[in-house]
Amino acid sequence: MADTIKLYPPKPDKVYFYGTCLIDLFYPDAGMAGIQLLEREGIEVVFPEDQTCCGQPAWTSGYHDEARKVARSQLSLFPEDWPIVVPSGSCGGMMRKHYPQLFRDTPEAPLAAEVAGRVWELTDFLLNVCHIKLKDLGSPATVAMHTSCSARRELGLAETGPRLLAQLEQVTLAEQVRPEECCGFGGTFAVRHGDISGAMVAEKVEALTDSGASTFVTTDCGCLMNISGYAEKNRKPLQGQHILSFLWERTGDKPEGSS
Amino acid sequence: MSQQTGASPSDVRQFHPRARAAIENPKIRRNFRSAMDGLMSKRRNAFSGWDLEALRDLGAAIRQNALAQLPDLLEQLEAKLTENGVRVHWAEDGEQACRIVLDICQARKARSVIKGKSMVSEEMDLNHYLEARDIEALESDLGEYIVQLAHETPSHIIMPAIHKNTGEISELMHEKTGTERSDDVEYLTASARQQLREKFMAADVGISGVNFAVAQTGTLCLVENEGNGRMTTTVPPCHIAVTGIEKVVPTLEDVTALLALLTRSATGQHITTYVNMISGPRKTEELDGPEEVHLVLVDNGRSGIYQDDQLLDTLRCIRCGACMNHCPVYTRIGGHAYGTTYPGPIGKILMPHLLGLDETRHLPSASSLCGACGEVCPVKIPIPDLLVRLRQESVNGDQLHPARVRGHGSKRHAGEALAWKTWQWVHAHPAAYRMGTALASRFNRLQPGKLGAWTRFRTAPRLASKTLHQRLKERDS
Repeated sequence: MADTIKLYPPKPDKVYFYGTCLIDLFYPDAGMAGIQLLEREGIEVVFPEDQTCCGQPAWTSGYHDEARKVARSQLSLFPEDWPIVVPSGSCGGMMRKHYPQLFRDTPEAPLAAEVAGRVWELTDFLLNVCHIKLKDLGSPATVAMHTSCSARRELGLAETGPRLLAQLEQVTLAEQVRPEECCGFGGTFAVRHGDISGAMVAEKVEALTDSGASTFVTTDCGCLMNISGYAEKNRKPLQGQHILSFLWERTGDKPEGSS
Repeated sequence: MSQQTGASPSDVRQFHPRARAAIENPKIRRNFRSAMDGLMSKRRNAFSGWDLEALRDLGAAIRQNALAQLPDLLEQLEAKLTENGVRVHWAEDGEQACRIVLDICQARKARSVIKGKSMVSEEMDLNHYLEARDIEALESDLGEYIVQLAHETPSHIIMPAIHKNTGEISELMHEKTGTERSDDVEYLTASARQQLREKFMAADVGISGVNFAVAQTGTLCLVENEGNGRMTTTVPPCHIAVTGIEKVVPTLEDVTALLALLTRSATGQHITTYVNMISGPRKTEELDGPEEVHLVLVDNGRSGIYQDDQLLDTLRCIRCGACMNHCPVYTRIGGHAYGTTYPGPIGKILMPHLLGLDETRHLPSASSLCGACGEVCPVKIPIPDLLVRLRQESVNGDQLHPARVRGHGSKRHAGEALAWKTWQWVHAHPAAYRMGTALASRFNRLQPGKLGAWTRFRTAPRLASKTLHQRLKERDS
């Protein structure tokens, strides 16, 4: 894939928030936290009601007709030229990098390219567009960080998570072995190649627990449910959280409407 | 063929059980993990201080440029080599390439062949072909020699015996050649070298691979560390080089950048111990070198890849092996589980063209698409994108861009296709999606606790009691 030069926009008054299906169904707290972090920066957050899924599961499974139909239903949700922020490297990568591929040779190609150019992963957006300054209100804590492969490699965001965490005065980032290695999620890969995925997540959990931290944060809910799910099933002393939930809890109140 | 770890062509269909067996084998896990950790760190060190991105851009551009003019370059190469006194042969597939080699051997009444390392000859299954016709073919690369002693196939394209540790190699050499057992690598190497030396002197023909074939000068470049490549190509009276048609580059200048990338990416070396530049048979005034040099250019599915603008990128590969060294899947299962000549990420995107997508249907999906392979590839092959393309091909998943790889559609099953159709309908109808997800959240206690392979290793993810859609609606009302 051709690398494109990334030009950050000036901090906008409004953004579209694309919540992703995993956050919608399994981790709405992380979505609320992301929205509240943006609002605290003085940005009005618009949540298009007709959002469902970016289409990535079908895309990576090879069902491109189906992926295109779903993605097509999402393309029209962002009519204003506001940035589209996504609390996930994986879905953000799909929209930013793969929409142009998915809509190649279709009438929607120009629109897909235009939308793709406005998509920002949320930690990147907070750090490099909002220039957020976090004030840590929590007690001393040590956490490990797992940056998803899509955030790290597809979007080149290996450092944004750690840099946000570094702003929290009471938080120490634990060192782990092979931080750049995949946790083994990979969407349907985890089911199609269960043995391999299982071996990968086992070693990721070992690396995270060996770091000395009992909590890890991550940019992506796929990695989160994979790593936390393994730790829980195998009774490992490791709790996971989306980095946005963690940042919000350390610097503000609990997400509104949280149970 | 070994029953345990060596691969035979049909084994590629058995990917799942073989992968599982490898994962449950602690020795394989240990050997590969430690070897791959070492190779990753060597590569990192070798490139430190370099503008690696710029060098990779250059490498990619050189290979793209070469491929863009491949037919012309091949003609130029043939003309130049012929002028240099090298005989050029063309083979459509492995079988034909074997036949060509056999004919050359038989014309010289050759009984013994010494071989330098060549993955294309593995692709051709040349050793078995020759042995079945009473010609002894002995591997002289130490790793290949070990693999041949064990009746196995290479588990890595650069380090063929990487799946074995020193203890296993010592035991094997003791059993097969009477070498004293030892954990001293130097001793074992010297012992193998001793045995190989005699074979070199007696061999009728030397067979080698090629790293780069230079069209402008008619030069065959071959890198190696053991001197066996130099011996193979100079000691026997006849040298046969075999290579894929994609290995040609326009000029010697192109080789310098590719060489810098190749050795650093592969083994973390700034340069290999030997860099052979072969430009023809011995001239009358020269004291050594072969009297006869042949080049066999093997297609074996490559020109099919060449027809497609996207798949074409596969042919940039310079066979450094960095993609497998950095692959979390390869590291877990090793090379033999793939059951293919080329394992790892490059194997997953290359083998479907050589064997057909029906045979190799399990390979493109055996990746988390983590992108580590594409990140280290010295010629920037977009391996994850090509994997996604082959996944589409294997289920005929794109009516706009119909599949074209041999054996496409072999993974399409009615049940799965229907599931994706249903998924599509729900997610392309936002009102239905909202209603469905709200219902699922409302009754989240009823969600199943077991979700196939997922819950063999993990707990099932739990649906929140309210979706983000619902939470926002309540907040803003």
